[in-house]
Amino acid sequence: MTQTGRRCLALIFVLPMACISVTACAADLVVSAASSLTNAFQEVARAYEAVHPETQVVLNFASSDTLMRQIVQGAPVDVFASADQIAMDRAQAQGVLSAGSRVDFAANQLVLIVPSSSHARVDALDDLLGPAFKRVAWGNPASVPAGRYARRILEDAGLADALESRAVLAQNVRQCLDYVSRDEVDAGFVYATDAAMARDRVRIALRLASPTPITYPMAIVAQAAHAAEAQSFQQFVLSADGQALLAKYGFLKPH
Amino acid sequence: MALDIWQPLLLSLKVALWATGLNLLLGVATAFALSRWRSRLSNLFDAMFTLPLVLPPTVLGYYLLVLLGRRGAFGAWLEHWGINPVFTWQGAVIASTLAAFPLVYKAARAAFEGVDPQLESAARVLGLSRLAVFFRVSLPLASRGIVAGALLTFARALGEFGATLMIAGNLPGRTQTLSVAIYSAIEAGDEAGANTLVVVASLTCIVVLLLAGRLTRGHAPQRVV
Repeated sequence: MTQTGRRCLALIFVLPMACISVTACAADLVVSAASSLTNAFQEVARAYEAVHPETQVVLNFASSDTLMRQIVQGAPVDVFASADQIAMDRAQAQGVLSAGSRVDFAANQLVLIVPSSSHARVDALDDLLGPAFKRVAWGNPASVPAGRYARRILEDAGLADALESRAVLAQNVRQCLDYVSRDEVDAGFVYATDAAMARDRVRIALRLASPTPITYPMAIVAQAAHAAEAQSFQQFVLSADGQALLAKYGFLKPH
Repeated sequence: MALDIWQPLLLSLKVALWATGLNLLLGVATAFALSRWRSRLSNLFDAMFTLPLVLPPTVLGYYLLVLLGRRGAFGAWLEHWGINPVFTWQGAVIASTLAAFPLVYKAARAAFEGVDPQLESAARVLGLSRLAVFFRVSLPLASRGIVAGALLTFARALGEFGATLMIAGNLPGRTQTLSVAIYSAIEAGDEAGANTLVVVASLTCIVVLLLAGRLTRGHAPQRVV
């Protein structure tokens, strides 16, 4: 290697290392929120910061299960917003949540969607047995909460066995939404909020009443470094302003 | 939401370069030690050092979290010194380093084993110390393989996702690397943003690898026959 070559290589190594320095503010409120809350919580965080300029909300998005594991292992999180009661139950069982801080802050609804180009008419779930629906997608009930709800609804309607040969199991709700929006399947079960996100590509054919309510719990972490700010953030989410922002993204009120 | 490309790009480069640098030191040292140590145990170690390639990254990340989290055995000790790698870019470096380690280790080991032991013996006979033999004979002869391994390590570290998301989290502007930003954009339904980030990540990797290939060309050791 030439002398210049070596210098260039050294420069390539050193430059990016010097570029970013991470500084933490005194009031950095770390909010771990389920991926399905991404758009809604980004806006909620901005609105909260506008009212409380001294606090910076740092959002951490991943699946509810991943977030729960991070908190259980002592990650520096202040607020946990889960898309799933089971993940919150596990966190609670591990004793990492501040006692009495758990509250449901949003609700969702399962819907049956079809590609927007589809002309298939659906008046009831039974219509899925028709020839227009060769493939129907929902989340894998083993690991995807939305898939569990879908399976339960189909079982209650007595359609689970009949539809088994047409089922395409997705690894998460997003995948299910993508299958439908790309016309790879003829229909799919997702949350109303997912359908709202892809309004131009999918059409809601049926809104389904779930036998168990689909609610999103939120709690303050016991070891929160900013417990007061965490409480204030939680109150903001539950306030009329916070609920209005969530409603904008298709979330319903919890009760 | 306006898409910020620079922050994840610089962070990814920083993390990938640190991971490559650390792996060069760790991988070369480990590979040299194991290539010269003949024992049944060395095969066991060899298999163990390959494990990060086998385990799903999320699992790797989970064990890192268990080990290094505040509640983990090692993490509690680190906390005592005021260090908590969870949700920091250093955490992302640890994840990428571990995930990419086998690539440089395997390449360096094969390269060291390809070095003719007679050349090393000759250097010893001619009066060089063991250390001098390593730096002036073994390392230069193995350098091609090591560089190839380092480039693979860089590419792997740049694309690291599963373990990084687990231990470093997905904190925009702090620990959100390119790969994690792509995931976030897709979760947010922002396909155009995700596509842009994918192009940026791909171009970055191609440019860096081309550049590195150019700079290291002609660096091949003189063939000694």
